[in-house]
Amino acid sequence: MTSFRVSGKGRVDTARPVNFTFDGRTYQGCAGDTVASALLANGVHLMGRSFKYHRPRGAVAAGSEEPNALIGTRRGPGRFEPNTRATMQELRAGLETMSQNRFPGLSFDIGAVNDAAYMLFSAGFYYKTFMWPRSFWDRVYEPFIRAAAGLGVSPSQEDPDTYASRNLHCDLLIVGAGPTGLAAARAAAGDGLSVVLVDEHAEAGGTLLSEPQAVIDGLPAWDWLAAELAALKDLGVRVMTRTTAIGYYHQNMVGLCQRLTDHLDNLPADTPRERLWRVRARQVILAQGALEKPLVFHGNDRPGVMLAGSAQTYLNRYGVLVGRRPVVLTSHDSAWYAAFDMAGAGAQVQAIIDLRGDVAQELLDEARRRDIPVRLSGTVTGTSGRLRISAVRVNPVADGRAGPAERLACDCLLVSGGWTPSLHLFSHTKGTLAWDEDRTTFLPERTPEDCLIAGASRGLWGLEAALQDGAQAGIRAAGALGRNRSGTAPRVEGDRPGTGISARELPTDRSPGRAKAFVDYQNDVTAKDLRLAVREGMRSIEHVKRYTTNGMATDQGKMSNINGLNIAADALGKPQPQVGLTTFRPPYTPTSFGAFAGYHRGSHFEATRRTRIDGWAEAHGAAFEPVGQWRRAWYFPRPGEDMQAAVSRECRAVRRSLGIFDASTLGKIEVVGPDAVEFMNRMYTNPWTRLAVGRCRYGLLLGDDGYIRDDGVIARIAPDRFHVTTTTGGAARVLAMMEDYLQTEWPDLQVWLTSTTEQWSTIALNGPNAARLLAPLVEGVELTEEAFPHMSCTECTVAGLPARLWRVSFTGEIGFEINVPAPMGRRLWETLWEAGQRYDITAYGTETMHVLRAEKGYIIVGQDTDGTVTPYDAGMGWAVGKAKPDFVGKRGLARPDLVAADRKQLVGLLTEDGSRLEEGAQIVFDPQQPVPMTMVGHVTSAYHSDATGRPIALALVQGGHERMGQTVHVPMPDRTIAAKITGTVFYDPENTKLKI
Amino acid sequence: MTRFNAFSLLRNAVSGHRNWTEQWPDSQPKPEYDVVIVGAGGHGLGCAYYLAKEHGITNVAVIDKGWLGGGNTGRNTTIIRSNYLYDESARLFDHSLDLWQGLSQELNYNVMYSNRGVLMLAHNQHDVQSFRRHIHANRLNGVDNRWLTAQECKEVCPPLNIAPDARYPVMGGALQQRAGTARHDAVAWGYARGAAARGVDIIQNCAVQAIRRGPDGAVTGVDTDKGFIRAKKIAVSASGHNSMVMATAGVRLPLESMPLQALVSEPVKPVFPCVVMSNAVHAYCSQSDKGELVIGSGTDQYVSYSQRGGLPLIEHTIAAISEVFPIFNRMRMLRKWAGITDNTPDRSAILGKTPVQNLYVNCGWGTGGFKATPGAAHLLAHTVARDAPHPINAPFSLERFRTGRLIDEAAAAAVAH
Repeated sequence: MTSFRVSGKGRVDTARPVNFTFDGRTYQGCAGDTVASALLANGVHLMGRSFKYHRPRGAVAAGSEEPNALIGTRRGPGRFEPNTRATMQELRAGLETMSQNRFPGLSFDIGAVNDAAYMLFSAGFYYKTFMWPRSFWDRVYEPFIRAAAGLGVSPSQEDPDTYASRNLHCDLLIVGAGPTGLAAARAAAGDGLSVVLVDEHAEAGGTLLSEPQAVIDGLPAWDWLAAELAALKDLGVRVMTRTTAIGYYHQNMVGLCQRLTDHLDNLPADTPRERLWRVRARQVILAQGALEKPLVFHGNDRPGVMLAGSAQTYLNRYGVLVGRRPVVLTSHDSAWYAAFDMAGAGAQVQAIIDLRGDVAQELLDEARRRDIPVRLSGTVTGTSGRLRISAVRVNPVADGRAGPAERLACDCLLVSGGWTPSLHLFSHTKGTLAWDEDRTTFLPERTPEDCLIAGASRGLWGLEAALQDGAQAGIRAAGALGRNRSGTAPRVEGDRPGTGISARELPTDRSPGRAKAFVDYQNDVTAKDLRLAVREGMRSIEHVKRYTTNGMATDQGKMSNINGLNIAADALGKPQPQVGLTTFRPPYTPTSFGAFAGYHRGSHFEATRRTRIDGWAEAHGAAFEPVGQWRRAWYFPRPGEDMQAAVSRECRAVRRSLGIFDASTLGKIEVVGPDAVEFMNRMYTNPWTRLAVGRCRYGLLLGDDGYIRDDGVIARIAPDRFHVTTTTGGAARVLAMMEDYLQTEWPDLQVWLTSTTEQWSTIALNGPNAARLLAPLVEGVELTEEAFPHMSCTECTVAGLPARLWRVSFTGEIGFEINVPAPMGRRLWETLWEAGQRYDITAYGTETMHVLRAEKGYIIVGQDTDGTVTPYDAGMGWAVGKAKPDFVGKRGLARPDLVAADRKQLVGLLTEDGSRLEEGAQIVFDPQQPVPMTMVGHVTSAYHSDATGRPIALALVQGGHERMGQTVHVPMPDRTIAAKITGTVFYDPENTKLKI
Repeated sequence: MTRFNAFSLLRNAVSGHRNWTEQWPDSQPKPEYDVVIVGAGGHGLGCAYYLAKEHGITNVAVIDKGWLGGGNTGRNTTIIRSNYLYDESARLFDHSLDLWQGLSQELNYNVMYSNRGVLMLAHNQHDVQSFRRHIHANRLNGVDNRWLTAQECKEVCPPLNIAPDARYPVMGGALQQRAGTARHDAVAWGYARGAAARGVDIIQNCAVQAIRRGPDGAVTGVDTDKGFIRAKKIAVSASGHNSMVMATAGVRLPLESMPLQALVSEPVKPVFPCVVMSNAVHAYCSQSDKGELVIGSGTDQYVSYSQRGGLPLIEHTIAAISEVFPIFNRMRMLRKWAGITDNTPDRSAILGKTPVQNLYVNCGWGTGGFKATPGAAHLLAHTVARDAPHPINAPFSLERFRTGRLIDEAAAAAVAH
């Protein structure tokens, strides 16, 4: 095989060969290569197939803007990713790569029949057909279209790699470590400023890496670069390579994605593959440079057609000659230098064809000196070659018309349509752009962020201009950070600033309607597609984009947007600014999901909250259920027991003797301050003024719409201090709601709120023997009916531990809740467990708690209520302080619909056949009616009740409170169940069991 | 208007596509219209279409400050379903779903409505109870929705992780097979083309500055960038900016506008056959016909009109996708964007008359407006034409916030949307 490697050129390490495979064949590259440069060094241009027409394609660029050379990359099992840009993937030993979107192979692809039928597949063709017969869309057309679309294949295995993220605060973030960014960093750094300089490439330097001929301050460019990087290091600048600034967010926050392992031969243990950085910078300098524009002409997509600047990069940075007999086609000076560099490396440049009639004399002189034929006022009207370009069709142009064609053999065609500033991140800030007629491009105008933009990204060409503008930006940024800086930019010899014109679709002597002149390579959007969109009434560039998919490929329009705009503007007969540019959207380049997910995968997706007693429950065989982020003991099955058996046994134990329950997950909020009682009066429906210290009360919290939001028992610890409990799931919501009211509605109130959910372990003891067990362990209070009646609270010690002891019950039995400092929870639990053995103490879980409370008709907010239930609906009008001047929800509660007679109200249901209802089942009055039926409510809770020996249910039923004793019907898929409406209390309605 | 079919496509292909005509003209405002619709999204354009087609009202202008279909119509994740809990919502969205089924043929524009099925995942007991309640209610309302076990969910959606030791294991799901997705731009364009063909003026890049009212309080027209336009009736359908437009008529709406983000991956070959929604972990995913995974996020929790969201929510959204579909962790995000949703206190829409005579509003669709497009447009047209709501949208009145007759699906699902 011929090698296109040029000795003595490039920065790759030819002494370190690296083997890799492409479509199963082994190739050799060098350390420092990308997959694209290594393939090109092996003479391989054909790297992919296009999206729609399956046309053969090669790398057209050398950087992240590459639209064609997309490959699958693999490193063993589980480490596969589709659509990797071959121009950015660094070579590593053993890398497996494969082409995409072709069958059976890259050289022969059946999908290329689409190319022959390309006239049918014009822009938006799918909106106009595939409509008949109607049922064919789902069964025939869509599956066919889907199978034809897509690029690579999805990974199929779980990703074995890890990902990381980090926050970084800095004074100055500079995006792009080319000459502009380097000069900016150098000018700004020092004096303790924290400066971060990032670049997406494997090494810093940007265009300097492609321009070794330049001499800066007397040093060859690469020596200057090395010295500069050393100086920045000494100044404490953090230089991050392989790091892409993906998005610019509000208040100068920039997201970075740093690639850590994809380039390494051997995967290190314990190193994340990528790291996401959230950078908050006081100042940002954008120095992203410019992107070269392709030219639009028939056959401009054939493998071997490449951007001239990219060819220069392949030669100077990677030491690869992309062809030995190049033709150069350009409207800008920069491509002439590419031709000169190619010629200098031994290529026989066949011709430089410039669209312009007038070119700088020194370029013409240099071409003559190198014996390069030059054709001014020329155009290319076609290319030939099956899988690689073999000739171009060249025509002279006079008065905008192409003259007679001539065939020119070549093995590559280097094109340049000039340069477009890279404004992606600037646009993320919602910065405005202004059209610059001279440069026929958009330039940055204003941004709301503390952001400067410098160098080629604001349309300044050439090394010296970049270094100067970068230094100026650095000085200005430092000034904004309170540092006075001055300095002069370095002198540059061998600079190549250059000028050019902006070309549209090139003149041709053929029918433009037949030309395949590609604008968006990947999506196969041609100039005629754009004109068709305009013809069909798409006037906004956003419509043109969406109708043709121009700019929606994985290069996100880096190659296609500006050409698309120019062609659309011409078709519309409007100047470009009136047509507008489509919005650039993050991320700058496609970014792996893993980088965003970061640490939050698997069991770390969200933290699992566990109580201090969780370990005991696990050791005792508990089954767990997730409740919000918590995991809670659901029930404690003994060997051979199913859930039903375990729950029945636990229920019996509590009713007959003694049960112990971990209630630590209940939300807890300490409400403290001179105005605490007033605050409580306003938040909760209940009155709190007369609640004595040492007493508890059930509190009900509404939204301002009057519907129940949360509930819980609340203890008055001191005149100015309440210990509030909330539902497990509602803790954060209730605290946020309280803070919202306190900070925005009642800032005059002297109240402080503290979440104490994690501060306390809470153990509930329930059952006839609860007091008997507890009394000997408590110091500070007598557990008698007189000294410590139901709904009392006190601070005391329990088993020697400091505690807040409450006498409350959510089961209907004598109950205590013992709050101790969280770390003591397990100790107390085990003490109680030990002491309770004489009462056959039984640990119970959430399911038993649910059954016991349902037997007593106690609601669970979120289960028996759903955000549409008022206190009156729930039968808890008694909890509403009617004499209070105001509370959250009072006005809402007075609205006509909330006091209407036929509202859905909470009732009990007992089935007539003794079967258990299903939670969520719907209720009707008339079971014979046809669908759609009139539904009058639903079952909110349904359990088998051990205490009553039958299934019980709670339900919301329209006008339920007035329908006691009536029969309603629950239509199930297989049968309809009749049930009688009852009160909600199924067990001990007189509350006799609460007495000690 | 050229009729679209395979023959016209073939004929035009032969003639080099030079003979296609514009799908809608670039109209300039006339001095007066019978109806002015503010907002050229799918809802507004559809309203114009149905006004012309079903009510014979063709002297209609649809005005937009930007390009048509450029708001939430062009920014959503195109999920279409109707398995709502309450009768009012089920009727509204099922009406819409019925219209979706034949919309391509109705408009002679392929909107690619795809009955690929929407699967909603349950991750805890509370989800299971809530979904079962939905399924029971849907069954009695004649709305398609059925319960699947975790294994059945996996059969419907192979990339799904149903491992029982997952952080939030899949405990089952509710599948509405009739639900699916559509091509959002095509919906706006199809309605625009159909409305324009019936004489409606579509006026783009023309911001409405204020709604003017006469001495009797009734609307008289709109002040715009292009001058005053008289209107007998005005319908406002401007999604995230409804509250601002309506405020100019002195109508205060109970709306909060918040950013909602969405994203797509790089395109890959078919791997994801349906739509999956997981409210518990906030993962919403489907695959477009082009091959991109289309992923929806939760709402950014701050009030804003800027079409620009924050990074943290995207991190969480992607983490949720990787949690539910771990094989996608090495896929790459191609692009993300934000739209502005207008949210009511009960998270249901307001579609009907307003206290101002001859002023109508269609707003508050929150995160779910796209699926309602044909239904909302159809009902808004009815309401404007008859000056009275259709029975289906009557419950979605602005008045309900005064009476308290809310339609609170979010509360019913007990999910923070």
